[in-house]
Amino acid sequence: MKFDLETVLFFSLAVMAIGSAIMMITRKSPITSALYLILNFFTVSGLYLLLKAQFIAIIQVLVYMGAIMVLFLFVIMLLNLQDEKILKEKFTYRKITAVLLSIFLFCLLSFTIYFGFSGKFTAMSDKAVEIGTAEFLGSELFTNFSFPFELASFLLLAAIVGAVVLAKKKFE
Amino acid sequence: MSTESLIVFFIAGVVMVGGGIIVSELVAPTSKNAVKDETYECGIPTKGESWVQFKVGYYLFAILFLIFDVETIFMVPWAVVMGELGLVAFIEILIFLIIVSLGLLYAWQKGALKWD
Repeated sequence: MKFDLETVLFFSLAVMAIGSAIMMITRKSPITSALYLILNFFTVSGLYLLLKAQFIAIIQVLVYMGAIMVLFLFVIMLLNLQDEKILKEKFTYRKITAVLLSIFLFCLLSFTIYFGFSGKFTAMSDKAVEIGTAEFLGSELFTNFSFPFELASFLLLAAIVGAVVLAKKKFE
Repeated sequence: MSTESLIVFFIAGVVMVGGGIIVSELVAPTSKNAVKDETYECGIPTKGESWVQFKVGYYLFAILFLIFDVETIFMVPWAVVMGELGLVAFIEILIFLIIVSLGLLYAWQKGALKWD
């Protein structure tokens, strides 16, 4: 393995991403968890940059770190978690399911990592830089993928209608 | 501008902001005591919890903002390739905008934009 700038950046970002993810799920206060999630999103955006996906990286910062985290914070404040003890759970079926699902995810990830390191998917395409730009994305999105693009607008419409319906009690 | 220079730009930003905070922490004179850490409330001793349930209106405004944020992001690649693709891209974005605007009209109609 080469020891260049990209390798150093990748490993420091990866360690930060894992560290912030662990901090996020172990914090007691939901607000602190949310702040660690922001750090996690930031490191993931750095990883996107290393993969030459500039447009996605900037969107990760703008939408996830900005807008979606604001939404998360409002949800936490809406929930009215006065007593943090409520969050403590006993050993239930839900926990057993969670453990089983985690093992499944772990297996899935280890398979991916194993095949990644066995030399099958290591090379990055020469066109990677070109593909990552907004220009390439636009020309693909508005020609080959115009139908999924229009479907995205229905998804956004459904999100607005869903939020208004859920909050409607307030207005009646 | 290459990706590496963007990464260097990010790191320089972090170092400038973080360095400023660290240096001011090192240089500034400090005196710490328990009274300073208390929540300030007009000089009166505080009562009760600071956790209050927020109005659902905040959430509605946040999700409306998010949706139009995503809409704007879809418009960035559109704006870049508009010159090449011409009328087709224009009609596509028009359909997109009309569908998303229906959502805004719905929220408006239901009174979600009112703050009472």
